[in-house]
Amino acid sequence: MLKNKDRYLSVILISPSIIAVLIFIYGFIGWSARVSLSNWKGLNPDYSWAGLKNYIALFSDPRFHIDVRNTLIFTGVFVVGSMVLGFLTAVMLDQGLKGEGIFRSIFLFPMAISYIVTGVIWRWLMNPAAGTRMSGLNLLFSSLHLDFLVNKWYTTPTWGMAAIAMTAIWQMSGYTMALYLAGLRAIPHELREAAQIDGASEIQIYRHIILPLLTPVSLSALIILGHTSLKVFDLIIAVSGKQLPLDVPAIYMWQTTFDGLFYGRGAAISILLLISVAVLIIPYIRYTLKEEAKQ
Amino acid sequence: MIKKLSLKKNWLYIPLIALAIFYLLPMYVLLVTGFKSFAEIDLKTMWTLPQGIAFDNYIEAYAKLSPSLFNSFKMVIPAALISSMLGSLNGFILAKWKFRGADIIFPFILFGMFIPYQSIIIPLVQFMNAAGLTGLPGLAMAHIIYGIPITTLTFRNYYASLPQELLEAAKIDGADMLGIYRHILLPISIPSFVVVLIWQFTSAWNDFLFAVILTNNTEWPITVALNNMAGSQIISWNVQMAGSLLAALPTLLVYIFLGRYFLRGLLAGSLKG
Repeated sequence: MLKNKDRYLSVILISPSIIAVLIFIYGFIGWSARVSLSNWKGLNPDYSWAGLKNYIALFSDPRFHIDVRNTLIFTGVFVVGSMVLGFLTAVMLDQGLKGEGIFRSIFLFPMAISYIVTGVIWRWLMNPAAGTRMSGLNLLFSSLHLDFLVNKWYTTPTWGMAAIAMTAIWQMSGYTMALYLAGLRAIPHELREAAQIDGASEIQIYRHIILPLLTPVSLSALIILGHTSLKVFDLIIAVSGKQLPLDVPAIYMWQTTFDGLFYGRGAAISILLLISVAVLIIPYIRYTLKEEAKQ
Repeated sequence: MIKKLSLKKNWLYIPLIALAIFYLLPMYVLLVTGFKSFAEIDLKTMWTLPQGIAFDNYIEAYAKLSPSLFNSFKMVIPAALISSMLGSLNGFILAKWKFRGADIIFPFILFGMFIPYQSIIIPLVQFMNAAGLTGLPGLAMAHIIYGIPITTLTFRNYYASLPQELLEAAKIDGADMLGIYRHILLPISIPSFVVVLIWQFTSAWNDFLFAVILTNNTEWPITVALNNMAGSQIISWNVQMAGSLLAALPTLLVYIFLGRYFLRGLLAGSLKG
């Protein structure tokens, strides 16, 4: 009897959260999808059926092409940069050096700061002004006689996105380091010792033993970083405002919806974003829960 | 042998220190700029140390940003508290008091953690306006609801790691579900509460998208106010730098004093608990 009563109680207690998730996540996604199939443009909602018109318009929209290119550049630089830097710092910190804790704290602290703060600071560090108005990192490089490093940062044509990605690496590589460090600490010491006794060099041990064992960590890092970069928004707004050369889907969506009142197209962009994130995340959730059930 | 090994590895300090400089460079500029007097401010001398300690920039930035700092606190504290309590209750049920279908529901809750919020923002604005939930209460509510996935996950993973015998013994003693939750699980959940509170505090404090869309200029939280300050031509860069430090300070202090818990929240965000 008691058991049954408790079973009902558990359903009752969790239902507000489940209902909230159902409405505010799945209901709203459905609602957005419906808006994306409508002609809604203007202050008043208009749900007249437009079919796939908004999506088709996006595929031939030059601005959306720029967005896709920018997202690819950003994702490439950001994901590869964060993973390489995160892995290397984790390996270095795993050597039992003195002061490890201090370095770890320094590498991780940007995670506590908002993208807006990061963006505002880096916007001044990456000031592209030249000649007598030179400042920020360019000024530093120039006074250290490293003039070949002076560049136009986020105002560089085509590759300006890479400069934004660098600030994102500054912010997120510590996170990747933390993931790898947790993974490294979980590898039993005997494995390395056995390989050492067999005469394997340090580099061989990392390449043939440690790196393969860290595959699940690399996968997590890849997916977390990858889906973050698809959503990048605040950071770009804070560095450069809304400039077309640094446009991404999230900014296009925001501008076309809330500045341009073109809700139908804005919703279509948001649904495309959602699909691209879901393609990464759904298999990841399934894989993680399956692994968990095995244990 | 050990000594030889550590001597061999000392060269690692070179790349480590170089990287530390990369991470700390923005903080260096932030701090030296903040403590310069207005007379010393010049983009040409951005990298030099201040001649004395002045607070001009902080006073000016605080005068401009203090209303939005308070707005952020007003919204973030209730949001963090309520979403932690919800997460704890949900986590308990999903880990230790499963009903039929619980394992099917869980991945659907998890997915909510990763969605781009652009895909729900149009309905959210429509809904909040229709419900009259605009401004800070609406923003706090958004953080609570969209925080359910991560808070539930963190608590579920923690409760799932506790032995089932703990509950069985209490059941034999006649405790019911709520009794077990209140008297056995809640008292040992403090570390998880710290992790989740910090996580929710940090992400709500740092959020920009919900804030910029759900609040107007009298209720702007700090991220929106700072971004607008940085976008204006009137306010000079040194005041922006001081403002950035003010905006970052609460979460930085949490990180400095409770870093270990912060890290655990971070790892939970990758589903790895």
